[in-house]
Amino acid sequence: MDQILAPVQALLGPLFPLVWTLLKIVLIIAPLMLCVAYLTFWERKIIGWMQVRIGPNRVGPWGLLQPIADGVKLFLKEIMFPAAADKKLFVLAPIMSIAPALAAWAVVPFSDGWVLSNIDAGVLYLLAVTSFGVYGVIIAGWASNSKYPFLGAMRASAQMISYEIAMGLALITVLMVSSSLNLSDIVRAQDQGRFAAMGLNFLSWNWLPLFPMFAIYLISGVAETNRAPFDVVEGESEIVAGHMVEYSGMAFAMFFLAEYANMILVAAMVSTFFLGGWLSPIGFLPDGFYWLATKMAAVLFFFLWIRATFPRFRYDQIMRLGWKVFIPITLVWILVVGVWMMTPLSIWK
Amino acid sequence: MEFKTVLFYIFATVLIVAALRVISARNPVHAVLFLVLAFINAAGLWVLLQAEFLAMILIIVYVGAVMVLFLFVVMMLDINIERVREGFWRYLPLGAGIGILLAAEMTIVLTGRYFGLENLPNHSFPADYSNTKELARALFTEYYFPFELASMVLLVAVIAAVTLTMRSRRDTKAVDPATQISVKRADRIRLVRMAAEKEQGE
Repeated sequence: MDQILAPVQALLGPLFPLVWTLLKIVLIIAPLMLCVAYLTFWERKIIGWMQVRIGPNRVGPWGLLQPIADGVKLFLKEIMFPAAADKKLFVLAPIMSIAPALAAWAVVPFSDGWVLSNIDAGVLYLLAVTSFGVYGVIIAGWASNSKYPFLGAMRASAQMISYEIAMGLALITVLMVSSSLNLSDIVRAQDQGRFAAMGLNFLSWNWLPLFPMFAIYLISGVAETNRAPFDVVEGESEIVAGHMVEYSGMAFAMFFLAEYANMILVAAMVSTFFLGGWLSPIGFLPDGFYWLATKMAAVLFFFLWIRATFPRFRYDQIMRLGWKVFIPITLVWILVVGVWMMTPLSIWK
Repeated sequence: MEFKTVLFYIFATVLIVAALRVISARNPVHAVLFLVLAFINAAGLWVLLQAEFLAMILIIVYVGAVMVLFLFVVMMLDINIERVREGFWRYLPLGAGIGILLAAEMTIVLTGRYFGLENLPNHSFPADYSNTKELARALFTEYYFPFELASMVLLVAVIAAVTLTMRSRRDTKAVDPATQISVKRADRIRLVRMAAEKEQGE
C-alpha cells in the first residue's frame, strides 16, 4: 500500500495528508449513505413480512430500486418555508441533525487498524459528537414556529438527555473493564479471558459479564435515536411528525437520513463495546470487517423487529424507565463491577 | 506558519465573534445558540492545547446537557426584548467596571510575570499519553477529599433543587391511589335503620 501511495505523496507534497484523509472520509460516508438507503428498504420489507404483507416490490427487481426512487423524488421536491419560520435556523436544523451522525464515524474501528482517527479519547469524542444530535431536533422544532414541531422539540430534549446519561453510565463499566478510551483497544480487550483461551471467543465479549449494561445500552440506543417504541418525538398519531412537520423535500430527507445513520452508528457502537467489534466468535475463524458488519446487521434487525412488535411508550413511562430504572441499575452495576475487579475472582487482568 | 496556528486563529476568531453575538443578539434563542458555538470553539482551543479530556467534557456537559436545558427554558419564556434593554444605560457603568476588572486580571495572568508562566515545563506529551488517566489519578488520590467534598455540595444542590420544585398544585383533580385504596366501607356507606311503614287502609 505504501509503495502505491509513494508517487502520489511525492506529487501532492504537503497537501497529501489532506487529500488522503478526505478520500478516506469519502470511503466511509459513501457506503454509509448507501447502507442508509437500503436500511429504509430493508425496514419496509421486514415490517411488511412481519405484518404479512409484501412490502415495496414495484421499482426494479424485487423492489430494489425503491430507495433510489424515493431519493430522486425528494431531491426534486420544493423545500417550503413556513411564513413565520426563522429561516436561518430552519435551514440549519437538518444540517445540525445529520452532521454529528456522520462525524461520529471518524473513530469507529472497522477492523484492526482500519480507523480514520485512532485517538485515545475515542469514547469521549463519540459521546461529545452524539450529544450534538439533539440540537437538530430542538432547533427544527423552534424554528418552524408551529405547535406540533415545538412539542416534538420539547419531548426530544427531555428524552435524549435522560437516555444519554444511562448510556454514558453503561459505558463507564466498559471503560472500567477495558481500561482504555480507545475504541480499538476496547475491542482488543474483549479477545482475552478463559473462554477466549478455550476458543469460544463470543463468551469472552463484554455482553456476558456486563449483561445488564448491554441491555441498557441497547435499549437506550433505541431511545436516543428516537425509534419505535420510543418515538414520541415524532409520534405520528399524537403530534403528526413532531419536529419534521413543516419540512419538505431534501430538508425532510436530511432528518430521515440522520435517523438511519444514527441507527447504524448505535449498531456499530453496540457491536464495538459489547459484541467484540471485528473479532470472530469462534477461535479458528479469521477476524475481519465482515464480523462487524454481521453484528451490526443483527443489531439493526433487532431495532426493526422491536419497531414491528411493540406499541409506543407513553411519555411518562419513558421518563420513568430512564430515570428510575436504568440509571439506578447502571449505578449499582458500576459498583458491582468495581468490587468484582478488586477481588481475586476478577476476569479482567 | 504552522497549521495549528491557523486553526488557533480560526477557533479564536469564531469564539470571539460568537461571544460578542451572545450579548448582542436580539433574540434570546439565537444568543443561546451562539453560546453553544462559543463552547464548541473553546473546546477546539483546548484540543489544540492537548487537553482533550477537558475539551470533550466541556462539550458533553455544557453543549450536550446544560445548554439543551437552557434552550428548553429560553424557548418557553416569552421574553420582551424592549423591557430587557430598558436599563441598559443605568447598568452600563457597573458592567463596564466589571469588564475592565476582568480584562485587567486576564492580562496579569496571561502575560505571566506574576505566575511565572515562562518557567513552566514545556507542554508536549508523547502520542500515547492519556490525560484522562492522569487527571483521574490526581483526582482520586491526591485531591480525593476536595473531590468528594465537591460531590457532596452538588448532592446538596440537587436535593435543594428537587425540594424547591416539588410542590403539588392546590387545584389538581388527580387522586392519590394510596388514599383511594385505604378507604374503608364505613367511610363511604352509612346504613340507616328505619322501621317499616305500614300502608294505610289495611
